[in-house]
Amino acid sequence: MLYSDKVMDHFMHPRNVGEIEDASATGTVGNAKCGDIMKVYLKIENNVVVDAKFKTFGCGSAIATSSMATEMIKGRTIDEALSLTNKAVAEALDGLPPVKMHCSLLAEQAVKAAFKEYFETHGGIPEDKKAFFDVLDEDEHSV
Amino acid sequence: MADKIVKRVYLDNAATTIVRSEVVDAMIPVFTENFGNASSIYLEGQKAKSTLEDARARIAACLNAEPSEIYFTSCGTESDNWAIKGTAFRYAKKGKHIITSAIEHHAVLHSCEALAKLGYEITYLPVDEYGLVDPAQVESAIRTDTILVTIMMANNEIGTVEPIEEIAKICKDKKVLFHTDAVQAAGALPIDVKALGVDMLSLSGHKLHAPKGIGILYIRKGVAITNFMDGGAQERAKRAGTENLPYIIGFAKALELSLSEMQANIPRIEKIRDELIDAVLDTIPHVRLNGHPVKRLPGNANLSFEFIEGESLLLLLDFMGFACSSGSACTSGSLDPSHVLLAIGLPHEIAHGSLRVSIGKFNTEEEVMSIVPSLQEIVQRLRDMSPLYEDFLNNKHTPYTPCNRCAK
Repeated sequence: MLYSDKVMDHFMHPRNVGEIEDASATGTVGNAKCGDIMKVYLKIENNVVVDAKFKTFGCGSAIATSSMATEMIKGRTIDEALSLTNKAVAEALDGLPPVKMHCSLLAEQAVKAAFKEYFETHGGIPEDKKAFFDVLDEDEHSV
Repeated sequence: MADKIVKRVYLDNAATTIVRSEVVDAMIPVFTENFGNASSIYLEGQKAKSTLEDARARIAACLNAEPSEIYFTSCGTESDNWAIKGTAFRYAKKGKHIITSAIEHHAVLHSCEALAKLGYEITYLPVDEYGLVDPAQVESAIRTDTILVTIMMANNEIGTVEPIEEIAKICKDKKVLFHTDAVQAAGALPIDVKALGVDMLSLSGHKLHAPKGIGILYIRKGVAITNFMDGGAQERAKRAGTENLPYIIGFAKALELSLSEMQANIPRIEKIRDELIDAVLDTIPHVRLNGHPVKRLPGNANLSFEFIEGESLLLLLDFMGFACSSGSACTSGSLDPSHVLLAIGLPHEIAHGSLRVSIGKFNTEEEVMSIVPSLQEIVQRLRDMSPLYEDFLNNKHTPYTPCNRCAK
């Protein structure tokens, strides 16, 4: 099989699929032309991610990384959630095939894009957190 | 995947087919008894030689060719490589221009690309929205330095059947060699090389219930191309190497069976295919049929489901017991979806959501139609988690940042 059992589990039984109607912020990354788009919804209360959901158009690993990434930030403080990396997402899924590594970057970018929107509607991105958003400038295909 | 369903339905007959039991039965004695080398002069060798030449004659008869025009190769890809490169190298002094189409198999396209690196000039003819090559465009593309036209008989992804006879006639009038990749057409359409008027034609065994690892290149008498492999005197010294006699026997048997059963099989398969296409188009919204409505291979149904991606679709179908294929980028390992789907004008996002179902001789109507409820369920499930579908339902288009690598 192309994918690990964990990837297949998260693909077959994705966690956190859906929308949050009163989301604090959303982040959308990817492009339909390339075959993957991820949209992450965050509900943030008292600096804690109380809920995270996603919608994804993409392959099996795109759906699995969205599922895993939202799992990894749910219940975490903003600071903890911001430290999410694509590498951690891939590792939590017991690895991804090399051609699919960009999916984990896309998942990190979707989460970061949502946090970016959150900060921008809550007084701007704090100076000491700006580096967390450098990942949004990376080309997903260079991974 | 402990909960995987046991019952499997194989609907990827354009990828490969099961080897028929009659074919296996015909091959076994050639492994175990008639095992000689056809080049040896003693009894075992001569027996093998006569078996080989008998198979060649039987295959020639199926194609309305002469036995001396049939060359055995290792696969369809080899046949395509040999026809194209062999012609290019033989006629390099006459010219270096080759005409092909945008929707050829990679065996043809990549052979042409390899020649382009050696200084040959390749014209890739466009196709219309159904995947048809326009013979008039072939005619106007032919120049004084054109040495070969290579257009497939039927497309492997969307099943479109090309006007090969017409194109062959144009090439004959213009005195340019014409090759056709008939790998997908074999077993589905009658192949009469004289009626088609082709100079070269490629076939592959494993698409018509013979084993993988055996192919044929028909080369019309009088057409000279460079040798593919130098060595012994096998295949008139043009394609050296000890003949794969068991598989050659298997190919002969499979081709004869496909021909004798064609009249009964084809209408049955076409009927199931049309029933499947109608059921999908009638019950699932936002689906399009790719390829020509009529001029298509009997077993081919290529459908694009909007708002979803093909690999996810394949994985879920696999889980439910169905083996199919897709033209999405994720299933090909490249960034772009199928070159065929892009050539017929599909936008990337629609091409990513394509599904190819290819029905074969051994599929029953019941098992083919059983994919419909599974498709309904899977497509809805994937759309429910698709942000594209959400945007569609909300009647808005999110302005996604264009991706430079893909937008080129």
